[in-house]
Amino acid sequence: MNESGIQPGFYAAPGSRTGIFSWIFSTDHKRIGLLYLFSIFSFFAVGVCFGLLMRLELIAPGRTIVGPSTYNAFFTLHGVIMIFLFVIPGIPVSLGNFFMPLQIGARDVAFPRINLLSWWFYITGGLLALLSLFTGHGPPDTGWTFYAPYSIRTGTNVVLAVSAAFVLGMSSILTGLNFITTIHRMRAPGMTWFRMPLFVWSVYATAWVQILATPILGITLLLVIIERLFGVGFFDPAKGGDPILYQHLFWTYSHPAVYIMILPAMGVVTEIIPVFSRRTVFGYKAIAFSSMAIASVGYFVWGHHMFTSGMSDVARVVFSFITFIVAIPSGVKVFNWVASMYKGSIRVDAPLLFVLAFIFLFSIGGLTGLILGALATNIQVHGTYFVVGHFHYVIFGGAVFAFFGGLHYWFPKITGRMYNEKRARLAWLFLFIGFNALYFPMFILGWEGMPRRYYDYLPKFQPLNVVSTVGSWIVATGLILLFANLLRSARKGAAAGPNPWGGTTLEWQTSSPPPHENFGEIPVITQGPYIYNPSKGKGHGTA
Amino acid sequence: MERHRDDIGARTGMWLFLFTEILLFGGLFMLYSMFRMQHGAEFHKAAENLNRIAGTTNTLVLITSSLAMALSIAAIRRGRKAASVALQATTVLLGCVFLLIKYFEWSTEIGRGIYPNSPALLKLDHGEILFYGLYFVMTGLHGLHVIIGISVISFMLVSTAKGNITSTDHVRLENSGLYWHFVDTIWVYLFPLFYLVT
Ligand code: HEM
Ligand SMILES: [Cu+2]
Repeated sequence: MNESGIQPGFYAAPGSRTGIFSWIFSTDHKRIGLLYLFSIFSFFAVGVCFGLLMRLELIAPGRTIVGPSTYNAFFTLHGVIMIFLFVIPGIPVSLGNFFMPLQIGARDVAFPRINLLSWWFYITGGLLALLSLFTGHGPPDTGWTFYAPYSIRTGTNVVLAVSAAFVLGMSSILTGLNFITTIHRMRAPGMTWFRMPLFVWSVYATAWVQILATPILGITLLLVIIERLFGVGFFDPAKGGDPILYQHLFWTYSHPAVYIMILPAMGVVTEIIPVFSRRTVFGYKAIAFSSMAIASVGYFVWGHHMFTSGMSDVARVVFSFITFIVAIPSGVKVFNWVASMYKGSIRVDAPLLFVLAFIFLFSIGGLTGLILGALATNIQVHGTYFVVGHFHYVIFGGAVFAFFGGLHYWFPKITGRMYNEKRARLAWLFLFIGFNALYFPMFILGWEGMPRRYYDYLPKFQPLNVVSTVGSWIVATGLILLFANLLRSARKGAAAGPNPWGGTTLEWQTSSPPPHENFGEIPVITQGPYIYNPSKGKGHGTA
Repeated sequence: MERHRDDIGARTGMWLFLFTEILLFGGLFMLYSMFRMQHGAEFHKAAENLNRIAGTTNTLVLITSSLAMALSIAAIRRGRKAASVALQATTVLLGCVFLLIKYFEWSTEIGRGIYPNSPALLKLDHGEILFYGLYFVMTGLHGLHVIIGISVISFMLVSTAKGNITSTDHVRLENSGLYWHFVDTIWVYLFPLFYLVT
């Protein structure tokens, strides 16, 4: 106990090492979760800086601050960092690592040492990516997709960047197999599959996507490296190869990767809604199954990224159709969330605000996705800012807003302290307004034909580009407010107690922060998780 | 803190891992089938130049090594440590023989001027360029897995000799065995695809 009455919990159990070594060599899932949290948000900050620089360049037509080749490096690095170093590891490695074992009543993950190894792979990959900036013949300029044949021919430092993505893929695979094994083997007594919190279901589905899809990315990237080093020729028409094969392989991974980003975010949303509406989740099984459905169908839709790349008509129609099918389980979830809130006693704190923003922004992202998925319109907006707007709405508006919601929701459990609610709401407001100012104009710009990945544009596009750039400044302010509030509250916030929100899942049963090994005694589960009607019991307990 | 032990969990993890390895090679097998569909005749022609005797020998070598591995696990289950160590050593040795034969094969091809991007290769038809490209990439990646397998089993060998792997605690050895069988199985598919397509 210290002066504020907060137990130090697992922070006081560093193991045999001290200082930073008690973190970077720890096998405690909570410490690894926090390590990841800090690492991924550090890279996020770098990625945001590249984003802001690009927006600054685009405030006026012509060359404003950088020329074409620097701009190409900017969007490549922005994309690589945001995708491979931030959202793909994202929620599972940080919040998932910390809370999944707590929520199933386990003391740790199945393979704690592999868990640590995966963090080391992650850091290695991150450093390689940074190294590619400063060595060789200039930073990579291929875009985060590394499309052949350009990625094979360009003189820039592609090998290093691709190796970085490869190592990050290995990290992702290790995390995936660790989580699957953990969920199969380490649930507390009585924690049957359909008594698991839905966040655990979403992490589980994500883990399957990780191990099913990432190896395909692995071999694809490996081939790019081999191609550059030895010139084997698989993607080179001059040697009989075919660059389209690269795109097929790449999107076989990268479409499912969208679900790696979004499924855990949906899981976080599903945790927050019942707690802040004090109602049980509507359609527990429908949500659990829709996670698994998204995980399995998502594997078969990659072709919609290639409508303009030369595909047979039948293939195009088929891909277009499956793409629409994926919208169904997503729609099921949105319906269930809204139904869960209906007639609840809703408490609109920061976590719920982020969730509401998520539902709104993600729906816009989803609807514009349908426009892209539809064959006829795709050809009109392919390669324009419409696409840029769409995926920021899905990934940033979806995955990242949910991530922020989860960060606030679980903050008291991680630190034992409460964040400042007023400042959190202010940060939310800035982010929400800034976000729409930043990205909504892109839909219009794209519809009017402004191409993406270009440092310059026609003068007629300028007004909306200025709006967008100002939006990026508002977003940046919101981010600073958000993190300043959390960092300050981690030291100065009021004691939160074990269960400030009245949650009914297991992590709220143990103290805040949780002790080493999570529970004094492993709890026995007799009910499903989200029960708020006292006459029906108390779910996994309300300590 | 005593170590949490869960043999079923360890096996589950290993199977999941092998599954990802299969997908990794799966991408290459997919490329192989697409290119072969386009260039069937040239694949046949190119395959005639590979040394079928070396390929067959290597298949036998790997299958035997897999058998030795399986027997070494059976031995440790019955507590026969010395036999298990000897059998693991056999596996490692046969793995090295495999690599040696592979080394001579690659040297022969390279000696003929056939290697990725070589002038002699680029003069051949597209199908043959792709065939040799696949040959070097797939057997190379497989060779890498053989090397990893040899290292892991050598490590197990030492652990067994030291008495860390016993009749009651041998899931690590079993998992290494699984890995080795996987390496063997991949070869069993590579062999006909490259040596027997003529
Ligand atoms: C303040 C935040 C952000 C700003 C200002 C920003 C800005 C931009 C801009 C202007 C582009 C288009 C570049 C072009 O096509 O010319 C872009 C592309 C991209 N952004 Fe962001 N972005 C931000 C956050 C994010 C986040 C959070 C993610 C994902 C987690 C993300 C992922 C991407 C990706 C993948 C691309 C495509 C890069 C490429 O074309 O290769 N961005 N961003
Ligand atoms: Cu897609």
